[in-house]
Amino acid sequence: MDITFLLNGETVDLKDISSTRTLLDWLREERGLKGTKEGCNEGDCGACSVMVTDEQGARAVNACILFMPQLHGKAVRTVEGLSGPGGEAHPVQTAMIREHGSQCGFCTPGFVVSMAAAHASGNRAHDDALSGNLCRCTGYAPIIRAAEAVADMPVPVWLNAELPEVGPQAALPETAGALAEWYLANPDGVLVGGATDVGLWVTKGLRDLGPVAFLHRCRDLQQIERERDVLRIGAGVTMDRVQALMAEDYPSFAEMIRRFGSVQVRNAATLGGNIANGSPIGDSPPALIALGAELHLRRGDARRTLPIEAFFLDYGKQDRAPGEFVEAVSIPLGQDALRCYKISKRFDQDISAVCGCFNLTLDGGRIASSRIAFGGMAGIPKRAAAVEAALIGQPLTEDGIAPALDAFDKDFTPMSDMRASAAYRLETARNLLRRYVHDLSGAPVSVREVRP
Amino acid sequence: MSVAKPLPHDAAALHVAGTARYVDDLPVPADCLHLAFGLAEIAAGRITAIDLAPVRAAPGVVAVLEADDLKRPADCSPSAHDEPLLAGHTVQYLGQPVFLVIATSHLAARKAARLAKIDYQARDAILTIDDALDKDSRFENGPIIWEKGDAGEAVDSAPHVVEGRMEIGGQEHFYLEGQAALALPQEGGDMLVHSSTQHPTEIQHKVAHALGVPMHAVRVETRRMGGGFGGKESQGNALAIACALAAELTGRPAKMRYDRDDDMMITGKRHDFRIEYRAGFDDDGRLGGVEFVHYVRCGWAQDLSLPVADRAMLHADNAYLLPNARIESHRLKTNTQSATAFRGFGGPQGMVGIERVMDHIAHELGLDPLEVRRRNFYRPGNGSDARAARPAAEPPAPSASPVSDAIDLTSRGAPPELDQSPAPAAPSGTQTTPYGMPVEDFELHEMVAALTESADYSARRAAVRAWNAENPILKRGIALTPVKFGISFTLTHLNQAGALVHVYQDGSIHMNHGGTEMGQGLFQKVAQVAADRFGVSPERVKITATDTGKVPNTSATAASSGSDLNGMAVKAACDTIRDRMAQVLAAKHQTDASAVRFDEDEVHVGGASYSFEEVAQLAYESRVSLSATGYYRTPKLQWNRIEGAGRPFFYFAYGAAVTEVVIDTLTGENRILRTDILHDCGASLNPALDIGQIEGGYVQGAGWLTTEELVWDEAGRLRTHAPSTYKIPACSDRPEVFNVALWDGRNREDTIYRSKAVGEPPFMLGISALMALSDAVSACGEAYPALDAPATAERVLEAVMRVRT
Repeated sequence: MDITFLLNGETVDLKDISSTRTLLDWLREERGLKGTKEGCNEGDCGACSVMVTDEQGARAVNACILFMPQLHGKAVRTVEGLSGPGGEAHPVQTAMIREHGSQCGFCTPGFVVSMAAAHASGNRAHDDALSGNLCRCTGYAPIIRAAEAVADMPVPVWLNAELPEVGPQAALPETAGALAEWYLANPDGVLVGGATDVGLWVTKGLRDLGPVAFLHRCRDLQQIERERDVLRIGAGVTMDRVQALMAEDYPSFAEMIRRFGSVQVRNAATLGGNIANGSPIGDSPPALIALGAELHLRRGDARRTLPIEAFFLDYGKQDRAPGEFVEAVSIPLGQDALRCYKISKRFDQDISAVCGCFNLTLDGGRIASSRIAFGGMAGIPKRAAAVEAALIGQPLTEDGIAPALDAFDKDFTPMSDMRASAAYRLETARNLLRRYVHDLSGAPVSVREVRP
Repeated sequence: MSVAKPLPHDAAALHVAGTARYVDDLPVPADCLHLAFGLAEIAAGRITAIDLAPVRAAPGVVAVLEADDLKRPADCSPSAHDEPLLAGHTVQYLGQPVFLVIATSHLAARKAARLAKIDYQARDAILTIDDALDKDSRFENGPIIWEKGDAGEAVDSAPHVVEGRMEIGGQEHFYLEGQAALALPQEGGDMLVHSSTQHPTEIQHKVAHALGVPMHAVRVETRRMGGGFGGKESQGNALAIACALAAELTGRPAKMRYDRDDDMMITGKRHDFRIEYRAGFDDDGRLGGVEFVHYVRCGWAQDLSLPVADRAMLHADNAYLLPNARIESHRLKTNTQSATAFRGFGGPQGMVGIERVMDHIAHELGLDPLEVRRRNFYRPGNGSDARAARPAAEPPAPSASPVSDAIDLTSRGAPPELDQSPAPAAPSGTQTTPYGMPVEDFELHEMVAALTESADYSARRAAVRAWNAENPILKRGIALTPVKFGISFTLTHLNQAGALVHVYQDGSIHMNHGGTEMGQGLFQKVAQVAADRFGVSPERVKITATDTGKVPNTSATAASSGSDLNGMAVKAACDTIRDRMAQVLAAKHQTDASAVRFDEDEVHVGGASYSFEEVAQLAYESRVSLSATGYYRTPKLQWNRIEGAGRPFFYFAYGAAVTEVVIDTLTGENRILRTDILHDCGASLNPALDIGQIEGGYVQGAGWLTTEELVWDEAGRLRTHAPSTYKIPACSDRPEVFNVALWDGRNREDTIYRSKAVGEPPFMLGISALMALSDAVSACGEAYPALDAPATAERVLEAVMRVRT
């Protein structure tokens, strides 16, 4: 594959680059740029953070699970490119020194890049902006002090980048139509959206992926269309955009997405990827099921639409034909009772042990309709059919939901793993229904909202 | 005066620019080879057949080595010679290296390492503490027991008794830079090794042994580590040895770094403990006696487990005067990763035990746990001890350690000194620890009084109770816990250090010592000492990589000892040179050397002033040596670990923390809201670096006791072997309000500028988070929460359900 991108302001043209060569390895092994570090090689520690600029602006992403072709038509800036043409330090670099923000220094380049990206976009939610960067030495306090110290400083002009003009290639399709054609011709091929999952097949699974197509050039897959009561989101929309989109319509969903992966992961990951990979612990499917979303699939020029819960057939098995791909998701609007609860060992950047999403409507004080779905409770993201049925006609009170609590056994037989035991999952799933009752009544139910 | 200034870390400017070099960043010759281990897939058993042909045939593979291919036995152990580099026929844990791949790239080596076909004959693995007790699988023949007075009788005759049992999980170091080494073959069979290690001398010794050469043929250099935390005291041996053997075999440079998953599957972690306790006390909560049994899961090899378990026993008292105590320690051998050094070195686990007892007593009596803690504190200063202990029971005979020419004298796993004279009895009337050491400097009464005031402890405790009465689902909790941590290596002979200092003719200074830099700021602190001795600015002092060719026979940078030991050694070297320079000037001015004053990059004598450069040049022209070594050994130490008696520590470091938390009684989710810390660094060498150690240590300690959970499955496979599943604190997990202050005082012992060690002690301030969670759970019902660690959401929910029934 031939690609063109900007590296620290300079144009780079590469011929015949392997489609699964990671940016991190290329930077360190071929360019001698050793400032970007490998901490985990799976996108969880942020030591390899680089700044990637596309039409959406400059965003931090993990270089360890970024395949080189994903850079085609973009600009990338590493820690070495943060300082100015005369060698002047970026304000975040100066602040990190002054606030004693580095100790061993190994995570520091990644932190500096994430901070510079957040600074460039005016993001002052420092904990969120740095949730994908792990530090084992400082306890984070001085790093946050550094981030706060530079918040009001101007963004250095030298960070501006003009994107290179590039042409289409078969495995880098420019439209969904071109992608559909490629996938028909390569039904065993792998589609790469953000590579936040597929990346690990390569860096940890050491798999040879065979033919690969990259979706980031398909602008039509990145469209968001708002109609009166439906929001249609293209499969290629990244999760950071989904988060921003949901902030208004479904703030509880947006808050869950805030804890979904990290900034770096959300900046790369796509909504379509989170659905299509069929993971039982992906966080968006339970919310989409509770909302009654519909999935739009495409194979060649043939399209079909199905309720999203029907897509997940069994563990590792989806209702998707070879050569068929997720084109978009339609979400009905105006369901104010949606609440999404994510339970994990750590609040930020952790995979859910249990993810429960609730959407009940009342009529005359009684539950009239109910859509409840869970992740982490079965081999697929799954609706709680028996629980839903037991709730109909009941008042939304602790007493009213009591019969439904007994129905969880019918819906779910969760497993024990390193994230939680089966017993904890079941107990917590029940308790999340209880939380929902208190939540809708306005009682405080989140430890995250308690202030010192 | 450069000492006591809050200067930034010496490499901060390189860190933020990405130009600080770690082992994997060093430029290497083009023919450099890359290594990876093939790992065992079962926890215990025999390898019956192994087919490495697919590995050898893989692209880029240069050679593949099994145990039988090694010319000499290659041992990685820092203690008992029980860690072969490659497993051979016997597999002792899942993840044990079985063969070594030598390839042309890191990725090629990793890919090839997965292609082996190995047949195993598995046997029942010993995985848990219960398994080990059932099979009597242990290190040292039986338990080590230390006694002060008659604890059993004291408990039996006390008005109140609590007893219980607590599980305390281990902890992965998660240094951001994984283990790494690079070996560059030299002429005549010599080897230069760059290693990410806290113990270059250990690497030198192990590599020399593996190559069959004297130590002088191996030079080890360590500029910095990307974090160590104890995980690079012995765990880097395997990589350095592997690189050296590959370099010897091929004549080419060889580099090895573990992929993160390999790192977590192969290397040791903090020891997990089970602690059983029985405590007797009066109506006011004052202890009459306490009995502890420590069950320590050590893993498959001895490594540093014996001194770790010792240090847990040495901190079973923490800050409390135990009139009668019995501490029994079982060091259990299991088919899991060999647990190793980790910040605190067993101290944290021992300390959690007694803090749990204090919490339990307070719950039993309905008292504020802080009040119970204070009542049991050692008395202020050296407090005369009216409750003198009876002599200890007859100690068990020490087990004879085999003396071998390969004994690793500079390791904490080395056998104790042969000459162990009996420890002198403490002067009568002084208060002593359970191991007979006088406590002469107890500062916690004053520190805790100051902290309760600054943190507004009493009012906030009342506010927590009021808040909990109004909130059915969320509950808050608050706790204050103290730390008293013993400073010195408990293997007494390790408490020594060397330094090498040169002054060049242009007045620039080259400084070297045996300590290693892992982020703690040791190099900057010691450079500040050097600058101060010469009366020059710190920029004049060049900090250089730790190098076994410059300072030999070093101890690990461990036990919080780095600046205490190396600061003193550098001071001695600087003073030697400075005194020589003073004599040159004194002779020239026909005055006494004591009249020469070094200050602000100038040297003053009589009415004359010289620049430092001029004096350096004068000394050189006067044919006076401008190079010196420095040496230091810690005074006053005497310790017998079998008897559990003597003075293992030069002094104690103190601290205290108040933590407030909130829990969700429906899910067990929990969060730290606020933390206030007051910590004693003596007269700080660098307050900014010390506060950095305290903030970071606290968060790491709180992580250990909350979200950091290691999970092994029934086959003995570690299931939490990457940051996706093993959760160290993230940015938002730090306390939202985080107040850290230094206790203003000078060390009563004569340490470097009267400072105190700071690496490990603040880690244990994190115990306050666990105790605050216990307080929050106790708001849910009558029963004692008996919260195990780590207090994950799942464990907190279990405890909530327990106290409600």
